[in-house]
Amino acid sequence: MVLDTPNGFSLDNSGRRIVVDPVTRIEGHMRCEVNVDDEGVIRNAVSTGTMWRGLEVILKGRDPRDAWAFTERICGVCTGTHALTSVRAVEDALGIQIPDNANSIRNMMQLALEIHDHIVHFYHLHALDWVNPINALRADPRATSELQQTVGPNHPLSSPGYFRDVQNRLKKFVESGQLGLFKNGYWDNPAYKLPPEADLMATTHYLEALDLQKEIVKIHTIFGGKNPHPNWLVGGVPCPINVHSTGAVGAINMERLNLVSSIIDKTQEFNRNVYIPDVKAIGGFYRNWLYGGGLSSQACLAYGDIPENPNDFSPEQLHLPRGAIINGNLNEVLDVDPRDPEQVQEFVDHSWYTYGEPGRGLHPWDGVTEAQYELGPNAKGTRTNIEELDEAAKYSWIKAPRWRGHAMEVGPLARYIIGYAQGHEDIKDQVDGLLRDMDLPFDAIFSTLGRTAARALESEYCGRLQRHFFDKLVQNIKNGDETTANIEKWDPSTWPAEAKGVGMTEAPRGALGHWIRIKDGRIENYQCVVPTTWNGSPRDVQGNIGAFEASLMNTPMERPEEPVEILRTLHSFDPCLACSTHVMSPDGDELTEVKVR
Amino acid sequence: MTGKALILGIGNVLWADEGFGVRCVEELARTLSYGPEVQILDGGTQGLYLLPFLEEVDAMVVFDAVDYGLAPGTMKVVEGDEVPAFMGAKKMSLHQTGFQDVIATAQLMGCCPAEIVLIGCQPVELEDYGGGLRPATAERIPDAIAIARDWLAARGHHASAGQTRTDDLADASLRRENYEGNRPSETEACRTGDARFFPAEG
Repeated sequence: MVLDTPNGFSLDNSGRRIVVDPVTRIEGHMRCEVNVDDEGVIRNAVSTGTMWRGLEVILKGRDPRDAWAFTERICGVCTGTHALTSVRAVEDALGIQIPDNANSIRNMMQLALEIHDHIVHFYHLHALDWVNPINALRADPRATSELQQTVGPNHPLSSPGYFRDVQNRLKKFVESGQLGLFKNGYWDNPAYKLPPEADLMATTHYLEALDLQKEIVKIHTIFGGKNPHPNWLVGGVPCPINVHSTGAVGAINMERLNLVSSIIDKTQEFNRNVYIPDVKAIGGFYRNWLYGGGLSSQACLAYGDIPENPNDFSPEQLHLPRGAIINGNLNEVLDVDPRDPEQVQEFVDHSWYTYGEPGRGLHPWDGVTEAQYELGPNAKGTRTNIEELDEAAKYSWIKAPRWRGHAMEVGPLARYIIGYAQGHEDIKDQVDGLLRDMDLPFDAIFSTLGRTAARALESEYCGRLQRHFFDKLVQNIKNGDETTANIEKWDPSTWPAEAKGVGMTEAPRGALGHWIRIKDGRIENYQCVVPTTWNGSPRDVQGNIGAFEASLMNTPMERPEEPVEILRTLHSFDPCLACSTHVMSPDGDELTEVKVR
Repeated sequence: MTGKALILGIGNVLWADEGFGVRCVEELARTLSYGPEVQILDGGTQGLYLLPFLEEVDAMVVFDAVDYGLAPGTMKVVEGDEVPAFMGAKKMSLHQTGFQDVIATAQLMGCCPAEIVLIGCQPVELEDYGGGLRPATAERIPDAIAIARDWLAARGHHASAGQTRTDDLADASLRRENYEGNRPSETEACRTGDARFFPAEG
């Protein structure tokens, strides 16, 4: 049967059905089903979150000042971003103004997380969709050295001996039979296009990135007191500054600031000399594989982040862009207001929840999370062992958020398209430069590779922003301001009986919002709409498909039983279902099961 | 010469018995005193963020709720090469593939602790969001700690009675007593997340 969606896709579920469950190398549990035609091209796509996490239930009745600590536990990767979003929501509800230093420090922590996540995502979660580490064993170290000096001449680690050592280490690891990280790969699939030398270079950088990521998170340890799980504070940041005297245990002093500064420099060298050149070099071998654009050319959303001044979230004051693009009209970037009940709404017609009546959308302040688990009439299997979903009915634990009724893509690519459309100078320079260097037209950005490239560019841009806020913090301290928190409204007796607020951030994987209602000093309702809820959204009542689903459409697969292409595109979103989905399949095979029906 | 050791609790405190590992390290730090060569850490569900902690030590104890398919509340201890295999035996929780990967990555980097012991407990309940440990799981904490203490002692790390001071545990609002007691008063728990900022009164 062929079904045309309002957002421009033709869905045909008559071909073979392929089920990938779970999708690996992501946070959380996710399942994907596609139909392929006789040529192996994807003609229908269904993405589903297979867990429910119940965060809304957990937070009800808790102290709003503790919400950050709870939300920090939602997820294993974007901990700090949830904490920041949470404190912003509470501050918004209670009208708390944070000090300038707190804004600079929070921005640096958020940017560190952004950069850390982007680098870890590219090298440790996504690279294996493009790079074949087993093939790297066949590389000539001398030729690899020449390749390195061509693509990244400023990177000092480039000698033939260096690459030979890495190759030997890799060989030992693979020969020990531990394959570990590299298991579950489809290493002889023709979808892998790199020559062995590029595979060795990229695998080597995989190892270098592992060392670097340990440095980046020290910024969280310094400003957040510890890592993992850094500390946050409603009203500011929980780290006192003391650069003049000695004796204040744990306070931020010049020595710690100097360490932060050196980490910023080191990270930026990696972004410029390794990460971006790798994306260009690897992308060059896949320049004809421009699938996966999905909704990106049609509908993008960003809340924006990194405010220049505390508490000022007006779009022109944000370093990461805010706005919405719909109907593919890049000439007009629309205003986004997360308070407007008509803008952000969540629908559950195809999700395992109920609002009591069909077709209803709820703004998060009025959000309801009531589970209703039922399979459609055409589903195959049982309630506990689904063989095939019925996407015409309820089929996911992810709700379907919509912006003015539109399914939207969020994330680095959405931010970069919005920034580009707004004429954001830094972003425009980066994008134009990359396309020029790779000799690609603008439209190439609407692709899986575009998503991956936008993340690399953003990592570098975030590095520059880190430097900016570091300098700003140091200058402010020199001017005599050491304030890091505003505790005027710390005591709940100063709060109104009822209040509501919203906190927004740009998490590494996209727009993140927390909506809170406070009553008599306690949390009455708390709703998180996370980036993967947007991207992993199921269909809505009008039949619009979500961003993951859209991105898989019309992609040819080399071998349908080996879902390299599906993983490649889904990974390009950096999915994090730990927080977006909310019963889990208690048991399951460790290996991804791919079923072809 | 005795090297360094890491005592790591992993899991998610928000999902009832999933929090077993984290509660073990909390209780261990409260009842045993170790010197600076032994680090006690609440690892939560973190993945690669934990790597730096692994590479600094020669021996590592991991507490976790693990689905062995045994009777609820049953303890199981595995060592060495069996650890990653056991953690991946069943896909019970979110974090387990993650921590397997951390071990595999540490091996690839050549910085995996030489000796690892996994002290696991078969959970009773996982699907109680915001819930605490079930009695049958909570009762195992002292046994789990005793196993860890003896295992470390056999490797030259001796504990004395008392406490180990560390900043590497969960925020006060998430510690078991507060978390399970639901509504802590301010005097019980510093809600700032950092005692350095709001010094204790009087």
